[in-house]
Amino acid sequence: MSTSQEEPLIVAKGLEKRFGAFTAVNGIDFSIARGESFGFLGPNGAGKTSTMRMVACMSPFTGGSLKVLGLDPLTEGPTIRARLGLVPQEDTLDEELSVLDNLLIYGRYFDLPKKEIRARAERLLDFAQLTERRDDKVEPLSGGMKRRLTIARSLISNPEVLILDEPTTGLDPQARHLLWDRLYRLKSEGVTLIITTHYMDEAEQLCDRLVVMDGGRIVAEGSPRRLIEEHSTREVVELRFAIDTQQEHATRVADLATRTEVLPDRVLLYVDDGDAAVAAVHSRGLQLESALVRRSSLEDVFLHLTGRTLVD
Amino acid sequence: MDRSAEAHLGWPTWLRALWAHSFFYSRVWKGSVTTSFLFPALYLTAMGVGLGSLVDQHAHLVGGVRYLEFLAPGLLAGTILQVSVGESTYPVLGRIKWVRTYWAMLATPLSATDILIGHLGWAVIRGAMVSSMFLVVMALFGCVHSALCLLVVPLAGLGALAAAGPTTAFAATTKSENGFALLYRFGVIPLFLFSATFFPLEQLPAVLRVLAQFTPLVHLVLLMRSCTLGEFSPVQNVFDLLYLLALSVLGWHLAKRAFYRRLVV
Repeated sequence: MSTSQEEPLIVAKGLEKRFGAFTAVNGIDFSIARGESFGFLGPNGAGKTSTMRMVACMSPFTGGSLKVLGLDPLTEGPTIRARLGLVPQEDTLDEELSVLDNLLIYGRYFDLPKKEIRARAERLLDFAQLTERRDDKVEPLSGGMKRRLTIARSLISNPEVLILDEPTTGLDPQARHLLWDRLYRLKSEGVTLIITTHYMDEAEQLCDRLVVMDGGRIVAEGSPRRLIEEHSTREVVELRFAIDTQQEHATRVADLATRTEVLPDRVLLYVDDGDAAVAAVHSRGLQLESALVRRSSLEDVFLHLTGRTLVD
Repeated sequence: MDRSAEAHLGWPTWLRALWAHSFFYSRVWKGSVTTSFLFPALYLTAMGVGLGSLVDQHAHLVGGVRYLEFLAPGLLAGTILQVSVGESTYPVLGRIKWVRTYWAMLATPLSATDILIGHLGWAVIRGAMVSSMFLVVMALFGCVHSALCLLVVPLAGLGALAAAGPTTAFAATTKSENGFALLYRFGVIPLFLFSATFFPLEQLPAVLRVLAQFTPLVHLVLLMRSCTLGEFSPVQNVFDLLYLLALSVLGWHLAKRAFYRRLVV
């Protein structure tokens, strides 16, 4: 490979995507290194998918600059795409064809020799645990199987970078864990992973580094752990008071926490020592229904940065 | 696994898109082949032989040709129109909107232009295939007299392209499939009935006869009939050919613009 280890695989500066008057991505900067597992986190409509499509060289950017594998997507799209794998948000499999045929036809788009495609297809079917279904039509497969087939298909060209747009949305927990396991294995083989998700556990599990997007902008960047350190406290105490008294109680415990948040059914205290805070609350003689101490998660960071209001 | 870039240059990207159609067809061809044989056989029997014997007793077509032989090239041209429009409506919108396989193709080295060339190229090949089978059926009915008949195969390819281009542009522009029913009802079926397919243009009132020269299917019908009957009229034939070529070029440009507006956003 001519690209050196130090040079990032993907560099975006002031990257922008406009659709007429609407700005989907509003000037974002990021760079992704070889072998890294990089996440784009954000609510619906944050601009994640638009960003993915630009990085996948399927959607021309309208402002700023973008280099993928050191090349310009606007002029060298086909060359770049030959080295990328894409797992889109919605399945794009040919449902009238068999599982194996979907891999064969896709391999030919990359102009791989038929013999080579067959060999890789068998390996990928095994990898995706679909060997038993190889000759079945795609249409009746379960959602998890279709996702696994989509990932297998995206790997037929041995891509250096695998782009996954919400890979586990709509899957049951078993299917999600199986997918995560497969993605770990790819990562350990040196494939660069770019993942968008709105599942915090997925981001914490899979991403070395991530950015949080909101309203077309990047609002935070770092490793999951650093983001929690920067934007939240070590622990969170969830206090439940009698119905409709959350707000009045919150004012009486606010001084115990770095930050408090009042929800309809409970009060959140962002603190460094949860047990100490609970003890302090008890010592004030307040009528508590329950108290729960937990570690801060990426979800707290996410909700703090992007707000609790429903986007759509 | 070896993860180095595969950069060898082999097949051009548009050819890979075209190949995908043939691969897909190789998996589903059985259904279409029976209909390709059955449809012309049934029509030629019912209308060419059945209705035709009645026509031949009471009317005398130019040059004394049997109605069956008059009808066959018209039916062939009409079939090409139906097949070509059929494969450029629901399938095209489906690959954009429902099964979304065009999006899968766009994530590979293929471009929107490659996908379009693949689609229209396949329409040409299908036109040639359908006409070849039709020709076999015509031979069985005794309607093939000279090697000139073979010209209908490339003509069918051109006719299929002229039909597929504008239809593809429409399918790639429309938001829902509702327009397709209208296209059949007010486009394909009237053309099929009034484009000199079942009766000579001379039967139409003078105004409609002139009007007919502006509609697309007439030209394919007249060209094919010239070939199967061996009766050429240079001015009309050249005009027919130019019309179909112009429609193909126009369709290509419209479809390409529609593809880029819909797929490269």
